[in-house]
Amino acid sequence: MKPLLNSLPETVFTTKIDDLLNWGRASSQWYMLFGLACCAIELMQTGGPRADLDRFGAVPRATPRQSDLMIVAGTLTYKMAKRTKLLYDQMPDPKYVISMGSCSNCGGLFQLAYSVCKGVDKIVPVDVYVPGCPPRPEALTEGLLRIQDKMMRERWLVKPSRPAEGVAEA
Amino acid sequence: MEAKEIYERLEKQFPGKVGGFKGDVPEPYCIAEAQAVVDVCRFLRDDPQLNFEVLSDLTALDWPKDEKIQVVYHLYSYSQRHAIVVKVDLPRDNPKVTTLEGVWKVANWFEREVFDLFGVVFEGHSDLRRIMLPEDWVGHPLRKDYVEQEEYDGISTQRAPLVEKLLR
Repeated sequence: MKPLLNSLPETVFTTKIDDLLNWGRASSQWYMLFGLACCAIELMQTGGPRADLDRFGAVPRATPRQSDLMIVAGTLTYKMAKRTKLLYDQMPDPKYVISMGSCSNCGGLFQLAYSVCKGVDKIVPVDVYVPGCPPRPEALTEGLLRIQDKMMRERWLVKPSRPAEGVAEA
Repeated sequence: MEAKEIYERLEKQFPGKVGGFKGDVPEPYCIAEAQAVVDVCRFLRDDPQLNFEVLSDLTALDWPKDEKIQVVYHLYSYSQRHAIVVKVDLPRDNPKVTTLEGVWKVANWFEREVFDLFGVVFEGHSDLRRIMLPEDWVGHPLRKDYVEQEEYDGISTQRAPLVEKLLR
């Protein structure tokens, strides 16, 4: 994360509102507990004292309505995929998704199985893919830092102009 | 009791309805008539010398070349410490067999699983629904001729071929 403050000595600092908002969001990513398979064990390790996601302000939440970040950890079956979509829709904006491990990236080892979804990106938009089977806590921490970088680049006050919806591009 | 003795006892009780005993395999089995399977199993459970208290597994096999589906019952007796496997041959195009729910209650979920994955209909079952796959699933995936649908509930089931993915 880039330094937020461009401060004058002692009393005053100046910054951009966007940066301040982003800094606040990036430093308090509450992630939803969403362990689906063995990756969940590594997710717990990452939340534990050694890797310690808490030091980045990332705290596990038990409900999507309080979460900013969904870490999809494990094999996603079609039966679960529908629930995943529902949980994602319940999260308040702005929301981010980390796809953790081969299974949720592309189906992984189980991609030939009839019941396994071929990647969580077929259901919800994914911001960061963390490879590994399962990824080590260091890898997931890296993923979280990449999400922080992405959050710091967001612009809330001035949105980049987009073509209006329904207007066909020339 | 040895598997051979169990089989001989069964054969004596149900002449002509059990056969195909094979004893030189890790789990010796015999094949029972589909119509008689409930009686055979009730006898296996209630006979004081056989005393099979537990249906430890119930599964099925698909044999497309032989045009049959075999339902397999793994039985075990904790008190006698012996085991036997009973198989039932069913026609592949219309597999139907009577439920064993009345003999071992655990058969309820086992039979739902076999119905879910093989499409075997257990007549008289109290609650024959899919147990693992979603209720709107099409087909029975452990059958050899199962074809995966193009998509499930709006979710594509297609994968990009690996090489193309690497070249991209």
